[in-house]
Amino acid sequence: MLLLQIIVAGIAQGCVYGLIALGFVLIYKATETVNFAQGELMMLGAFCGLAGVTVLGLPLWAAGILAVVAMAVAGLVIERGIIRPVLGQPAFSIVMITFGLGYMARGLVTMIPGIGTDTHSLAAPYKGEVLNVGGLVLAAEQMVIIAATTLLCAGLFALFRYSRIGVAMQASSQNQLAAYYMGIPVQRLNGLVWALAAAVAAVAGVLLAPQTFVHANMGFIGLKAFPAAIVGGFSSLPGAIVGGLLIGLVEAFSGFYLPEGFKDVMPYVVVLVMLAVKPTGLFGGNARKKV
Amino acid sequence: MRFVFKTRYDQDIDLAKDGVQQFWYAGLLVALLVAPLFLPDYWLAQLTFVLIYGIVAVGLMLLAGFTGQFSIGHAAFMGVGAYMEAFLAAKGWPLPLSLACAMGLSAAVGVVVGLPALRVKGMYLGIATLSFGFIVEEVFARWESVTGGNTGKPVVNAQLFGWTLDGAAPFYFVCLVCAVAATVMALNLLRSPTGRAFVAVRDSEISAQSMGIHLARYKSMSFAISAALAGLGGALYAHKLQFISPEQFSLVQSIDLLLMVVIGGLGSIHGAFLGAIFLIGMPQLISLGKDFLPPAIAQAAGLQGVIYGAILVAVVMLEPTGMYGRWVKVRTWLELYPFYRRGMFKRQKSFQKSERLK
Repeated sequence: MLLLQIIVAGIAQGCVYGLIALGFVLIYKATETVNFAQGELMMLGAFCGLAGVTVLGLPLWAAGILAVVAMAVAGLVIERGIIRPVLGQPAFSIVMITFGLGYMARGLVTMIPGIGTDTHSLAAPYKGEVLNVGGLVLAAEQMVIIAATTLLCAGLFALFRYSRIGVAMQASSQNQLAAYYMGIPVQRLNGLVWALAAAVAAVAGVLLAPQTFVHANMGFIGLKAFPAAIVGGFSSLPGAIVGGLLIGLVEAFSGFYLPEGFKDVMPYVVVLVMLAVKPTGLFGGNARKKV
Repeated sequence: MRFVFKTRYDQDIDLAKDGVQQFWYAGLLVALLVAPLFLPDYWLAQLTFVLIYGIVAVGLMLLAGFTGQFSIGHAAFMGVGAYMEAFLAAKGWPLPLSLACAMGLSAAVGVVVGLPALRVKGMYLGIATLSFGFIVEEVFARWESVTGGNTGKPVVNAQLFGWTLDGAAPFYFVCLVCAVAATVMALNLLRSPTGRAFVAVRDSEISAQSMGIHLARYKSMSFAISAALAGLGGALYAHKLQFISPEQFSLVQSIDLLLMVVIGGLGSIHGAFLGAIFLIGMPQLISLGKDFLPPAIAQAAGLQGVIYGAILVAVVMLEPTGMYGRWVKVRTWLELYPFYRRGMFKRQKSFQKSERLK
């Protein structure tokens, strides 16, 4: 029973990592950029949700939708205004830009007088409730995270599998030039991918908010999503979720069975082992670049 | 306009191109040597920090700017050097010996971290070094018998042959000697075959390899040298602050170090020091500028982050070659006046280098 409970807790945490990692992978596949501000996008999403609940007085689900829409617009604006002009520069310059964006997002949030420097709790109607399933005590927050992630993944799968835009996104992520020749508006799609990644980050933020607190530094959890993305293979969408779940489980188990301190380090140990053994990750293709 | 009339082959690799440059560098050195006589203690301390960060930046520049391997965990090397130095200084080791040990340990750690660099490239390497940085930070926090844990560790003054370096000026000279030595070492390295191999690896691994460059050896070497310099900087940093704790060597510090080399100008040693001046000088400028801002903005905690982020974004978008690149443009404009043309430094539109399978 205890084992199952640890597994459920790990999966719930892993879902959040997986959602953030999904954002990394989406952006990496579209623009070959690693967005180090993904955690900050999640933080902004959580703050949008918070503003929706406290300032506008919306119920949580409506505030969540508001946050997702707001972050999608923010993603579009970031792509159009900052990322698109520098595409073509060395990958590292673009990474530095995303670092800069992260700094700015964190700084701007802390600059909001009276709100930015505090920690807030986002009240969810299901907060604190527990489900008793045959002696298994499950926190409602964790179940909501797992359910929402499952739904979102199904939605994304449908998007990439059946919709025109999704297929076009797949095409342009496989070979941009060929996609461009086929008349796919690659640049506009890149903007949409950023919007999608930011929206997914907002979902992660709103889901995580009732479980932890909303504060300016919550974006640092995004750094745990890197191991998730690497373990899953940086160019595979299902891999990101699987990697996230794996990292969540590793963290939950090492937090329980290993001495204090290992919980925070184990994900990074796992990623170093993964890079040493199979750098392309579990689901990444084993492809070598030809000259 | 100045023309260098070359009469020897060696002139191609001279450190200073001509007498005018020699004059200016000598002038800079003299100014740095007499600085303790004129500067008040506070500014001398800031100058010492510029030299310390300059040493770290030279190391990171060799790795990131010249070998093309990016490390997002460089603060960890600084930390290894700092804790080693604090440990040995407490045992009463003389400064040169303990500095050498700190550099040696950092270099050894650098080689170990460089191992993934032999297999992975680009962002994977960045994330590997990032992970390493987290692990080292956790080790600093948990290995309490040596590092003092999260409460930090006081560092005793440096001992130099029975003479305790307790004033600001003596320690400034130690830093100056180290910084000059590191810079000259880096410059000499870059004009040697090893340095040329580094640049070749940066520009294209495949063509470097086909020219007979042993990728694994040169990448490890670059990591080792870079980590050793970071360790040296960290050791001096520990003595200067006289107190070290794990959060001084966290991811934030690593990003600051990267910010330093990117804003200074990737691929130039000048850029390393310009970046160090930026990193140390910017908080001063911000605190000066606060007087002109409405208090609601000026008192906000996040102001510095916003300004750093905005400058970083602006530099990468508008001047990818950093502060040194801008200076080269200004200098060329002055040298060629009035013949400077606007298109002179126009970069050819570069298309995205893809690591994907085509």
